[in-house]
Amino acid sequence: MTDYRIQGETGEWEVVIGLEVHAQVTTNAKLFSGAATAFGSEPNSQVSLVDAAMPGMLPVINGEAVRQAVRTGVALNCEIHKWSRFDRKNYFYADLPQGYQISQFAHPIVGEGEIIVDPVDADPATIGIERIHLEQDAGKSIHDQSPEFSLVDLNRSGVALMEIVSKPDMRSPAEAGAYVRKLRSILRYVGSCDGNMDQGSMRADVNVSVRRPGGELGTRTECKNVNSVRFVEAVIEYEAQRQVEVLEAGGEIKQETRQFDPAQMITRPLRSKEEAHDYRYFPDPDLLPLIFDDAYIEACRATLPELPDTKRTRYVEQLEISPYNAAVLTAEQETAAYFELLLNETALKQRKEARAVGKAAANWVISDLFGALNGLGKSITESPISPSQGAELLALVADGTLSGRLAKDVFAIMLETGDDPAKIVEERGMKQVSDTGAIEAEIAKVLEANADKVAQYRGGKDKLFGFFVGQTMKATKGQANPQVVNELLRKALGG
Amino acid sequence: MSVDADTVRKIAHLARIKLPEERVEPMKSELNNILGWVEQLGEVDTSGVEPTTAVIANSLRWREDEITDGDVQEKVLANAPKPMHGFFAVPKVIE
Repeated sequence: MTDYRIQGETGEWEVVIGLEVHAQVTTNAKLFSGAATAFGSEPNSQVSLVDAAMPGMLPVINGEAVRQAVRTGVALNCEIHKWSRFDRKNYFYADLPQGYQISQFAHPIVGEGEIIVDPVDADPATIGIERIHLEQDAGKSIHDQSPEFSLVDLNRSGVALMEIVSKPDMRSPAEAGAYVRKLRSILRYVGSCDGNMDQGSMRADVNVSVRRPGGELGTRTECKNVNSVRFVEAVIEYEAQRQVEVLEAGGEIKQETRQFDPAQMITRPLRSKEEAHDYRYFPDPDLLPLIFDDAYIEACRATLPELPDTKRTRYVEQLEISPYNAAVLTAEQETAAYFELLLNETALKQRKEARAVGKAAANWVISDLFGALNGLGKSITESPISPSQGAELLALVADGTLSGRLAKDVFAIMLETGDDPAKIVEERGMKQVSDTGAIEAEIAKVLEANADKVAQYRGGKDKLFGFFVGQTMKATKGQANPQVVNELLRKALGG
Repeated sequence: MSVDADTVRKIAHLARIKLPEERVEPMKSELNNILGWVEQLGEVDTSGVEPTTAVIANSLRWREDEITDGDVQEKVLANAPKPMHGFFAVPKVIE
């Protein structure tokens, strides 16, 4: 547990946070119709008569949405409900043609579970999941295209969402941010949501209240549709501070829905809860109960990949990679996939156990490759250096062909040209020279040209050793094996 | 259970049904008649009976995750009072 506290005029306050994350389920077609779900199409081009709520149209559930919800539930260590049901959540809005959203209120498909999150600079925390239910997304209203009208696009109407509801277990902006990041990571591993927050495939409703540390829960506010981790954290910081100020001034917190304004980084009231939230839920008479058996759940479980926590533990225990590096490598599935290809190739090329090369491979990915990709503004899937090329470079270092310094030069050329490291070494003659005869000849020349310094060194000016190393490396165009140079220089200067 | 005049007005508003004031009292008694009638069902002893969730003993049919529909923008907008650039134009909704 973190000790995040708001320092008020009257003492300390604790923040209590719960999140409802809406994740768009990765499906080709919508939850109850055969219309497409792709992002960014012509307005109203991906709308069936079911999504437009034409009279007499009946919903038929997309089996893939069910499968992905079950897989997600299993991945989040949740109880799976073999019997669930759809309800109508009634409200009136221009982009909701049915006049209700089909959701799961009383009997969600997935029940309680938990995940472990790792906030920056704080201890890991276990955050409870309350439930996950399937529901339809609404359409989109655009308010700024016409002075008199709002424009409605129903392409999103009916797209399958999972609403993942946490327990009010988070106590700081950092924990909430870590929760969203972890959830996103797991969903992307599972493949049930692409986690694309800027396209709206994942967005969070942020519930915040404050109380005296360990005291009675306060009244909460809910901030809708927050679409980045940074904004989730900003909402909490702002809301907690605002609520403390209201309470300390003798006021009361109203239970209300608020909206985040990213331009000013503040929240403001959206609408009053009492009336708009009278949803009059009832079982949807168009839909029968959703039922499956244990075998179905097991079949879903069998298709799950190794998840980030398991992977991270394996990296630490079996590959002897530091916990920090293991966390970095497993946070995104693409990074882990790249690393594992690199690791396999490296072990194969060097005829070693994966354990013996794990650390070197991890360091190379995290310091060299990530540094370079950051500079190029590219993601790991767009890396100009393939895992196999990376493994080749590591092998050239391991067998002494390249010194650490030469490897950095070869790496820079690889980034630029995309060539294989062996080819670069061959064509540009960048091989490390370990041949003692050749190096001895260069050393003799260096000592001859700097007779005065040799005398000073022998007179006790030890610091000059570095100068001779530098000169020898320069004379060999940086290709001499530094270890061999050191050894031979000591011998030559000692005489 | 019964409803009062205020509840009738509220339900009408939530359903966006315009209910003239002189219709409120008659509507109230109609709704209360229905509620009273349904309440009689509570007299039946249902202990040990599974709750009915659907009147046919069947479960949900699932569809394949295939795109089989959509791409009918004209049909979707055909009944719209005011289509505009492929959108439904509606009276300004300001949150």
